[in-house]
Amino acid sequence: MSVLVLAEHDNASLKDATLNAVTAAKALAGFAGGDVHVLVAGKGAQAAADAAAKIDGVAKVLLADDAAYGDALAENVAPLIAGLLAGYDALVAPATSRGKNIAPRVAALADVAQISEILSVEAADTFTRPIYAGNAIATVKSADAKKVITVRGTAFPKAAATGGSAAVEAVSGSGDAGLSSFKGAELTVSARPELTGAKIIVSGGRALGSGEAFTQYIDPLADKLGAAVGASRAAVDAGYVPNDYQVGQTGKIVAPELYVAIGISGAIQHLAGMKDSKVIVAINKDEEAPIFQVADYGLVGDLFTLVPELTSKL
Amino acid sequence: MKILVPVKRVVDANVKVRVKPDQSGVELANVKMSMNPFDEISVEEAVRLKEKGVATEVVVVSVGPAQAQETLRTALAMGADRGILVTTDGPTESLAVAKLLAKIVAEEAPGLVILGKQAIDDDANQTGQMLAALLGWGQGTFASKVEPTADTVSVTREIDGGLETVELKLPAVVTTDLRLNEPRYASLPNIMKAKAKPIANKTPADYGVDVTPRLTTLKVTEPPKRSAGIKVKTVDELIEKLKNSGVIA
Repeated sequence: MSVLVLAEHDNASLKDATLNAVTAAKALAGFAGGDVHVLVAGKGAQAAADAAAKIDGVAKVLLADDAAYGDALAENVAPLIAGLLAGYDALVAPATSRGKNIAPRVAALADVAQISEILSVEAADTFTRPIYAGNAIATVKSADAKKVITVRGTAFPKAAATGGSAAVEAVSGSGDAGLSSFKGAELTVSARPELTGAKIIVSGGRALGSGEAFTQYIDPLADKLGAAVGASRAAVDAGYVPNDYQVGQTGKIVAPELYVAIGISGAIQHLAGMKDSKVIVAINKDEEAPIFQVADYGLVGDLFTLVPELTSKL
Repeated sequence: MKILVPVKRVVDANVKVRVKPDQSGVELANVKMSMNPFDEISVEEAVRLKEKGVATEVVVVSVGPAQAQETLRTALAMGADRGILVTTDGPTESLAVAKLLAKIVAEEAPGLVILGKQAIDDDANQTGQMLAALLGWGQGTFASKVEPTADTVSVTREIDGGLETVELKLPAVVTTDLRLNEPRYASLPNIMKAKAKPIANKTPADYGVDVTPRLTTLKVTEPPKRSAGIKVKTVDELIEKLKNSGVIA
């Protein structure tokens, strides 16, 4: 079957989430020997399209370059995709905030029941996906002729970013639907790696007690390790760090090589966001904290003395 | 402006769900059920808009079993004015719920529909976006701030890199994220008052919507278990273990 992948990009460059989605799309296309195409919808997005064309296993890149698509407004992008979907058996989108915003709008336009955040492709019509914050895994079979799917990035390895040489073909849609406009963004500026793609993550919890403590204790350790900084929902709700630091079922799902949880008790919803990490370290003064039930290495004690010690000895 | 708020009855957020031994689903017998937490945030936002004089009426709707009436009563006790219960047998998929809601919107003509961004049972995160598509309305998903004016609404959205703000023409659909507000607890007098508020009983047939599922759940299993590791005594021991496992140099 032929599969269209919605690229995640910022016009200038392609985001890694696209590569995970391509791997899922290849698995799906493999069931009937079809092609994987990538749609880059944006404004001035030639560079992102060129990057998509180099992904291993991508047969064609569709570039919809229009001011209406520059900010990825779902009202404008969804009709474009729904139109293109006539030529495909499935749409695969990364389960990023953008993919989650756009894909269901496409599904409704195409009268398809979406399958959200798949973890695996079992057959051309059968997938696994997490329910109840990852406390159960459902195997679901779709009766729809076309599939609309979002992909949990951590469940699929990244496709190779080079090795392909797909043609880039211009496509167009109906442009501005006249329903919405982009007013601005406040993006977190950081020299550290992005949370969802980082090899190492240092996360802080409510026990830090303040935003200043994050700066004083978490940041230096993260910088020493070349790590991204994350946080529990409690720390975000308390205003210590911005919302996009949140790791958990309702925040970001991560699976780094090393996850260091500092002063995080380990609520179910946090565990759901990080339990697929390769190695988990927990530092917490409460010996009974649930985080120790998933940690490979637990260190019981006061984070305000242990974390500086760890930072200085690394 | 009238505001429509769909609410879902789900397993309470504090319940640790268990997979049934026959893998047919999760255990729902004798489990505490509550309003989906994101929907509580939606009801709260709508009620606040009414208290500010922006909204004139808050109508809550639930699609689900007969017991979803309790969920509607909770919303009425929080300050919603009246309810609509669409009774269905078994779980109803997001697409079917969106179709039912689109019919109710056609009857009620709200200026805003405020939904939770996802239900904590099936974690689909679809209904609001689908409803907006079916209505041809703008959608402000994952909202952390909602500011309506006479003919537009400004929505600040929680996105992967931070926040972004979009302006939507009214009528529009908004889905709520965690940090939009802190829902109130209903007071006892308001719980008593809510008992007298009207709830209309409907079925999918009343709206001519086919709610036949498109997805079949073949099985539900436990996620792979992660076993607890070891406790280390010192920072030095931790560093040694991490070096040995190869995750740090």
